[in-house]
Amino acid sequence: MNILKSLLLSAAVLMPASAFAANETVGFSQIGSESGWRAAETSVTKADAKERGITLKFADAQQKQENQIKAIRGFIAQGVDAILLAPVVATGWDEVLGEAKDADIPVVLMDRKVDAPDDLYLTAVTSDTVHEGEVAGDWLKKAEDGKPCNVVELQGTTGASVTIDRKKGFADAIADAPNIKIIRSQTGDFTRSQGKIVMESFLKAENGGKDICALYAHNDDMALGAIQAIKEAGLKPGEDIKIVSVDSVPDMHLAIAHGQSNATVELTPDMAGPAFTALEAYWKDGTMPPKWIQTKSTLYTQDSDNMAAYERKKDLGY
Amino acid sequence: MAVDTPPVLHATGISKFFPGVIALDDVELALYPGEVHALLGENGAGKSTLIKCLTGAYSRDGGTILLDGKPIDPRDPLSSQAAGIGTVYQEVNLLPNLSVAENLYLGRQPRRFGMIDHRRMVRDARAVLAEYGLDLDPARLLSSYSIAIQQIVAIARAVELSGKVLILDEPTASLDRDEVQLMFSVIRRLKARGLAVVFITHFLDQVLELCDRATILRNGCVVGTRRLESVSQTEIVTMMLGRQLEAATKHHDAGPPGKLLLSLRGFARRGAIEPFNLDIHEGEVVGLAGLLGSGRSETCNAIFGAQAADRGTAELRGAPLQIPNPRAAIRHRFALCPEDRKTEGIVGDLSVRENIILSLQARQGWFRPLPRARIEEIAQGYVKALDIRLANLDTPIRLLSGGNQQKALLARWLATEPDFLILDEPTRGIDVGAHAEIIALIERLRAQGMALLVASSEMEELVAYSSRIVVMRDRRQVGELRGEAISPTSIIRAIAAEEEAVA
Amino acid sequence: MIRATIRRILPQLVILALVLGLNFAMFPGFFHLEMHNGRLFGNIIDVLNRGAPVALLSVGMTLVIATRGIDLSVGAVMAITGAVAASVVTEGGSWIMALLAALGAGALCGIWNGFLVAVLRIQPIVATLVLMVAGRGIAQLLTKGAILTFNDPGLIRLGGGTILSVPTPIWIWVTLAVVVGLVVRRTALGLLIEATGINERSARLAGINAKVLLIAVYLVTGLCAALAGIVVTGDIRGADANNAGLWMELDAILAVVIGGNSLLGGRFSITASLLGALIIQSVNSAILLSGMPVEFNLVIKAIIIIAILVIQSPRVKHSIYLLRASSGPVLARRAVAAKGAVGEDHP
Repeated sequence: MNILKSLLLSAAVLMPASAFAANETVGFSQIGSESGWRAAETSVTKADAKERGITLKFADAQQKQENQIKAIRGFIAQGVDAILLAPVVATGWDEVLGEAKDADIPVVLMDRKVDAPDDLYLTAVTSDTVHEGEVAGDWLKKAEDGKPCNVVELQGTTGASVTIDRKKGFADAIADAPNIKIIRSQTGDFTRSQGKIVMESFLKAENGGKDICALYAHNDDMALGAIQAIKEAGLKPGEDIKIVSVDSVPDMHLAIAHGQSNATVELTPDMAGPAFTALEAYWKDGTMPPKWIQTKSTLYTQDSDNMAAYERKKDLGY
Repeated sequence: MAVDTPPVLHATGISKFFPGVIALDDVELALYPGEVHALLGENGAGKSTLIKCLTGAYSRDGGTILLDGKPIDPRDPLSSQAAGIGTVYQEVNLLPNLSVAENLYLGRQPRRFGMIDHRRMVRDARAVLAEYGLDLDPARLLSSYSIAIQQIVAIARAVELSGKVLILDEPTASLDRDEVQLMFSVIRRLKARGLAVVFITHFLDQVLELCDRATILRNGCVVGTRRLESVSQTEIVTMMLGRQLEAATKHHDAGPPGKLLLSLRGFARRGAIEPFNLDIHEGEVVGLAGLLGSGRSETCNAIFGAQAADRGTAELRGAPLQIPNPRAAIRHRFALCPEDRKTEGIVGDLSVRENIILSLQARQGWFRPLPRARIEEIAQGYVKALDIRLANLDTPIRLLSGGNQQKALLARWLATEPDFLILDEPTRGIDVGAHAEIIALIERLRAQGMALLVASSEMEELVAYSSRIVVMRDRRQVGELRGEAISPTSIIRAIAAEEEAVA
Repeated sequence: MIRATIRRILPQLVILALVLGLNFAMFPGFFHLEMHNGRLFGNIIDVLNRGAPVALLSVGMTLVIATRGIDLSVGAVMAITGAVAASVVTEGGSWIMALLAALGAGALCGIWNGFLVAVLRIQPIVATLVLMVAGRGIAQLLTKGAILTFNDPGLIRLGGGTILSVPTPIWIWVTLAVVVGLVVRRTALGLLIEATGINERSARLAGINAKVLLIAVYLVTGLCAALAGIVVTGDIRGADANNAGLWMELDAILAVVIGGNSLLGGRFSITASLLGALIIQSVNSAILLSGMPVEFNLVIKAIIIIAILVIQSPRVKHSIYLLRASSGPVLARRAVAAKGAVGEDHP
């Protein structure tokens, strides 16, 4: 009985996939729209699905796990071909993921991982936040090339895992460069206004900014606030003080294109691309992807085509 | 009730002092089993102080309390309750969000295997309440029953806990007629069970209907204890108010009143004051007499718009008039010195100067401040004219004595140059000197042509300054006294309603 | 009159001097001023400039608290008004239109709060909680969840520009404080607000139109929040609905409390509240200059604020007073006069 059912089911799944890789239906349970990046992730996912001819069923959970669980059960009931889940919390997923597994629906985690046995999901597509810090640190190391450099750091919200990881990655990367020293580090709460205010005090405390060689900000918004503070202090951001940050929001691409900032590490909103690619392979011939697909942490510098990146991103909802 | 049975509670020589005040002076109270004993007296006579001394809420400064012949010395309400004295106050002191049974047995719930035995508790509660003539479901929330039922539950709890003496402090104040009868039937049952019940109320009718004896207090002293079947209502009122009836003739010759200023017809406010008619002329003082709760303050508040009337019409100098709020009244040059100086009169943290000019400034509007020189002139002027004693005008008014506060409030209203001044108990709680000055001031204002309405419980005072006196009882006007007919005796007769008002 | 004012704000002046002294001890260049591109530049300017939002809010908050109320919604109103201003300029409007639209939005929010408090008689803390929660959502709707950036030089100047080398926000809050201070003290408003806050029933019976007065006070608070919202929006050249004014209502209340104003209403001093706002900003500045690890930020702030409030507590104030009274004969006599026999009981 069971064998027959799963045979029929896999036949139903495989048939159209081998035919045209189209008409697949994927359910996407998104956390919500708490940040610009999250909004961009949603629009990129929708665009990606459209391009690949996949029907996307979208559910906004408004920051609530019970909404996500409800949405997943709904997807299972509708018999979708796969589920994308951007989990709002790490725990409490075993049961509903088990239900999806019993229904033979592959689940792909996006952007965050969960505390559940890894046979309950197909794969997880996330970025490596420690690695993002490393990319930023490596860039600075290369740019300064042994010259002494005093760095000020704008941290994210105190205690957030992203803050801890991006701080660690950067510190690891510059550990073997004795010429680079972090002289001040304060939280800017990931916000533009706090970034500006804290940068102002850094500038005052370090001889009007003359003793600062570079700024590392845990996100672009704080860096954008800091750029204004540097300008108001009569210095040239990007020249007098080098700036590297993480996220690659459109406004930062614009700033780099105008020479006011130096580098940004992309936290790509395109988690869905790798996820769909993995799913298509799985639908086609059952290829199992690795349990963790790490997205690329692309580095954008003044040599990159920032205007193109800006044009691409400006309407994604950042 | 046999006379030779010993009293269940006998308090003698009870004294209590507060700073500067003798609240109770050598008070005696004897309660016999199976009697309902009224405790009578105007506000401040010492009724509640006496109760608090008996229940241990206050520690008395002198005297002994014998319960069943043995001296007791209650330190707090719990110990007096344990000794046998239970108390129920006007505001029900129970927990509305618990069930009736839980309220009845709170703190002494029946237990079974260490757990509260709910079924037994409800069963017992039903039986207990049946003794009080109540048939209700004890498992329901207390708040689902009326105030009267809640009161009776409170009484039942107090009786179950103590069982000898039950003190009821204004239990009927917020009950309607039927509920009062229900309450009375409960009290009579308790009386039949041999309890001694102390009943405190302002309603004389209820005292005469229910009580056997009454002890009358005035100014912290016992005026007398009377068996009610052998005493007239007039005698009780006289004892409460304590006036020598032969004294006090009118001091002034009230000339003919001036033009009609204000005319009220069918003025009333639901739940506060029954419809009444009132004409007030220039150069006339209309006195409002009546016991506490008779509707004096309510009349004043309705006319001033503080608790606006919901029925009736008003005419000012022949023109129709609406008084929805105090601002409208003030605009028409009305003024009201309220009875409760502290919560309705003074603005405690503001200086005397600011308190004096407050109403004038409020009438002027936000953006037309009184010039500093004018403020100084007004404040200084009234301080001198009314002889307000203070260190300086910047003193917060709350630091002044009652008499000086009252004079400052009078100054506030006189500064608005009113045509019609309403004074509600203008002499309550103030010293003798200020008392005489305020009475003289009333007479002076009348002579200048102002119309005044003065509510007071002081008979001589009313006689002294009133051109005519409106007598109130049970929230309605019951009579009007004029000219020669005005005397403390006639007022008291009208209040006690032994005969129709002398027209 | 002036001496009375100085006596009133003396504790706040002393505390401000102490906290500024702490800054100076940690960073000797604290009081250094210089010019950069026609802009006055220095830590003390930062304190005045960065203190602007809380200073603006504290002006309105002082009045609301004087009426025995409170306004929890000011932070959310900042987000709304910032979003409104940014929307106007991104749609092509001028900065003056943006300013007027933001002030209008702030006024509407204030009237709404005042209506709930004065007409429906909802407790102020509950009434303003409604807008505190809903307001940020409204702001997010206006910006569609993103940071709405703009390049309008007029609006930017309001938050990040200078007038006569001094940052515009300083001009804005000083002007607002002077205007409100004058209006309140030179008209009868101050007296009527205090009377309503101390004893609303007495005030009503004395003929004060407490209802309209309350609505007016919440309206002024809404306008103050609108100015604060414009300042932070202009400063970062964008309306950040998620973060603009976040938790700032608490800083504003704290400023009023540090200013020695009672949360139970009544007597108030706007000057003292403004000093409170500057004290808070100086504490923030000290934390940033200290270079301590970020984990200590909130602990340090809490310790300093607890110290300030303890110094201001009536009990401590009274013992200081008695201590001073016992040290000099003149003061002793005054203490005895003010406190009756109490002064003699505590040598």
